[in-house]
Amino acid sequence: MQSRLPILVFALVMAAIPFVPSMPPFWIVLLDNIGLAALVAMGLVLLTGVGGLTSFGQAAFVGFGAYTTAVLTTSYGLSPWLTLPLSLVVSGLFAVLLGLITVRLSGHYLPLGTLAWGLGLFYLFSKLEFLGRNDGVSAIPPLSIGTFKMLSPGSIYYAIWVAVLVSALLTMNLLDSRTGRAIRALRRGHVAAEAFGVHTPRAKLLVFIHAAVLAGLSGWLYAHLQRAVTPTPFGAHAGIEYLFIAVVGGAGYVWGGVLGAAIVVILKEVLQSYLPLILPGSGQVETIVFGIMLVALLQLAPGGVWPWLMAFFPERTGGRKPDTSLKLETRPRLPGQGSVLLQVEKARKQFGGVVAVNNVSFDVQAREIVALIGPNGAGKSTTFNLITGVLSATSGSISVLGRKVDRAPPQEIVKLGISRTFQHVKLVPDMTVLENVAIGAHLRGQSGPLASMLRLDRADEAKLLAEAARQIERVGLAEQMHQLAGSLSLGQQRIVEIARALCVDPLLLLLDEPAAGLRHMEKQQLAKLLRDLRDGGMSVLLVEHDMGFVMNLADRIVVLDFGTKIAEGTPATIKTNPEVIKAYLGVAA
Amino acid sequence: MNTTIMLFLLQDGITNGAIYALLGLALVLVFAVTRVILIPQGEFVTYGALTYASLASGQMPGTAKLALAMGIVACAFDLFVARKALHARLVLRSFFANIVLPAIVLAVTLYFAAQKPPVAVCIALSLVIVAMIGLYLYRIAFQPLAHTSVLVLLIASVGVHLALQGLGLLFFGAEGQRGPAVLSGAFTAGSLRFTGQSLTVYGITIAFIVGLWLFFGLTLYGKALRATAVNRLGARLAGIRTTLSGQIAFLLASVIGALSGIMIVPITTLYYDSGFLIGLKGFVAAIIGGLVSYPLTAGAALVVGIVEAFSSFYASNYKEVIVFMLLIPVLLLRSLAAPAVEEEKD
Repeated sequence: MQSRLPILVFALVMAAIPFVPSMPPFWIVLLDNIGLAALVAMGLVLLTGVGGLTSFGQAAFVGFGAYTTAVLTTSYGLSPWLTLPLSLVVSGLFAVLLGLITVRLSGHYLPLGTLAWGLGLFYLFSKLEFLGRNDGVSAIPPLSIGTFKMLSPGSIYYAIWVAVLVSALLTMNLLDSRTGRAIRALRRGHVAAEAFGVHTPRAKLLVFIHAAVLAGLSGWLYAHLQRAVTPTPFGAHAGIEYLFIAVVGGAGYVWGGVLGAAIVVILKEVLQSYLPLILPGSGQVETIVFGIMLVALLQLAPGGVWPWLMAFFPERTGGRKPDTSLKLETRPRLPGQGSVLLQVEKARKQFGGVVAVNNVSFDVQAREIVALIGPNGAGKSTTFNLITGVLSATSGSISVLGRKVDRAPPQEIVKLGISRTFQHVKLVPDMTVLENVAIGAHLRGQSGPLASMLRLDRADEAKLLAEAARQIERVGLAEQMHQLAGSLSLGQQRIVEIARALCVDPLLLLLDEPAAGLRHMEKQQLAKLLRDLRDGGMSVLLVEHDMGFVMNLADRIVVLDFGTKIAEGTPATIKTNPEVIKAYLGVAA
Repeated sequence: MNTTIMLFLLQDGITNGAIYALLGLALVLVFAVTRVILIPQGEFVTYGALTYASLASGQMPGTAKLALAMGIVACAFDLFVARKALHARLVLRSFFANIVLPAIVLAVTLYFAAQKPPVAVCIALSLVIVAMIGLYLYRIAFQPLAHTSVLVLLIASVGVHLALQGLGLLFFGAEGQRGPAVLSGAFTAGSLRFTGQSLTVYGITIAFIVGLWLFFGLTLYGKALRATAVNRLGARLAGIRTTLSGQIAFLLASVIGALSGIMIVPITTLYYDSGFLIGLKGFVAAIIGGLVSYPLTAGAALVVGIVEAFSSFYASNYKEVIVFMLLIPVLLLRSLAAPAVEEEKD
């Protein structure tokens, strides 16, 4: 976990600023605005930078927060403190509503969709009678504690920055948790996350709501700072501006949002006040210069300013090794050999006219290593995808421990104790090995997002990390535990995937080409590991091209060719099977 | 409602829809080839329209100077990138394409601006000027970012939009302008009156759709563009210069934008910032078309135009709300038909 010291220093500096003698009041106003923008940008960091969901519509959520408090305090005379939760709830509810529609959109539909409803809501704000149409709502009461009214920018300053700091801490806590890992895995596509039980649409909706609530908080503060609300600050341009605050600061970093807000707000202010002195008489010069500087900034630092700045500081080396004495509950193992764990019966998968898997039947028994081999394009990975629920079979059935799972989604399959690795490594490259592996234990923890934000998840979290560390040691990567997964060699990344799959505490481990990219010694270690796992009560189904590796390891081999099973048996019988030789070497001479 | 009003609204909607269709096509084209979501498309519209209107009223449009200024910057970028291996040929080519060409256009514009040139000359000059701006824009703002994520490109696109819109105010002022009709005259069929202008709009839209279809289907450049759209790396390995594809896409987008502007400006008064909203409606159409399908985009644009026409008649206050909220059901449909397996992207 990152050190809390810099944050404490930052908080103290921010608290001291208003006490600096002869501090121009105007600077405090600027800091207020920075804080307000930072709140929205922080939500976008989580949504866009971390979760990969681009939203142009955040200004609308600021609007929901601001209008809720504006209407309730002026028309119904509610206390602003009472409207705070209401503002957040209204923003949150609209986020659920819009999120249910939008977060399932992939790629570029999402940002464009948010742009469209952002615009629609802006026009709605400016047309609705009870929101005061274009004139908005004025004479909003100030925030007050007892008889102390926060009328000046200097007094609401503390409310704003306390909100920023608390939100930043909660957001960082969230990211550093079970739920946070699920969110961070979203950007790399949903297949890997779902294979370990993450409900990705729910995780996306969660970040969407989080971002909207932060925006609503910003709106609530804005309404009580300005004490008047008009539609203009919640329009499309504002929504776009929030997004580029996040991108300029560094969209992947919570503090990037704050830094971005500072850069953009100050830059705009400087341009507005000084440009007319240099280029007098011309109207919108600051917009022009602002736009140009933005493009220039992106060309110089496309990742944002925060990571660029952090590169100057020495990298913190390693984290603490989790206490591996903590244990999670384990699944009961199957008794002895002979019981059928996985039964594939006449499984068939067609993609249009192509039959990728053609009525394939085989089974995997308890404590057995089965290898699935065949030339490229034989349908091995498709079979894996059918078993793990990534694809659903056109016909035939697949059952686990006698239970049919043909239509079950990946999240259900993994609950039954089937975990897998991928042919094309699917790790989150900017997460450490430990964090990546801990995703495997996702289903074995219980803490939800609220518990994570409030740090009530520590006992649960320690056990998950302990399990992850144990599995990393088991596969022999203890040295690399705190390195970023993306910095490892491809062979090592495959091993990390195995550790992640082991975190599920599986009954059946599906390995898709685990030995590819490994050196000879590493292959031997892997074979030993797999035998140990089998002797410990686990079954393994593996796809592999290295025949030496397979023949020495597997108890039984299933051979596929063009989607059809052509042979099954012990390594010795497969080696001499004429069909298999023909498939691999062409027609026998 | 009587049939006359309905037919009138329908006609109005189709005229606007045709313009949105063109813009939607340009957006799809640029996105597919360069992954840039071209928010400044609207600025191409206003630049085209207002350059045309200024020329027609005998004023010197600032856009001609902007083209030269951007050309100089683009040339500087070229030279900077190639600083380690400067060949005379490269320098000359860049100098000619980026500086000599806009300088000549500027001179021609200066010559004609003083004497209220005929409509055809105004159109030609406006198109050339905006086309150059589009081309240099790609060189300056987007080519250096070609390797970055869609999000970064999008933000850069916003920056460009802000800068161009600000420049638009500088060049054309806050006053709205109207231009002379491209084709004057009108005829009546039944209760409907067809103006030459609206017929021009239909004609040019259809011509462009057919033209683009032929370009992409039959020409080598069109195929190269499609290849780039499908897979940048693959296209590069096959020897297609992806930079060239980007330039062509921007060139087409700016010409389409300017042409749309020239077609609208005789019908409605345009302001320096009108383009943004017009462009966004093209966007709505493009999204409905999924940013990939040209025919679907064109069809959707007509729907957007018609919905806009009818809602401005019945609920003019909520016109924009209705148009943009039109997307929600579409997005819902798309959500329900979400792809089964989605590959990760970054």
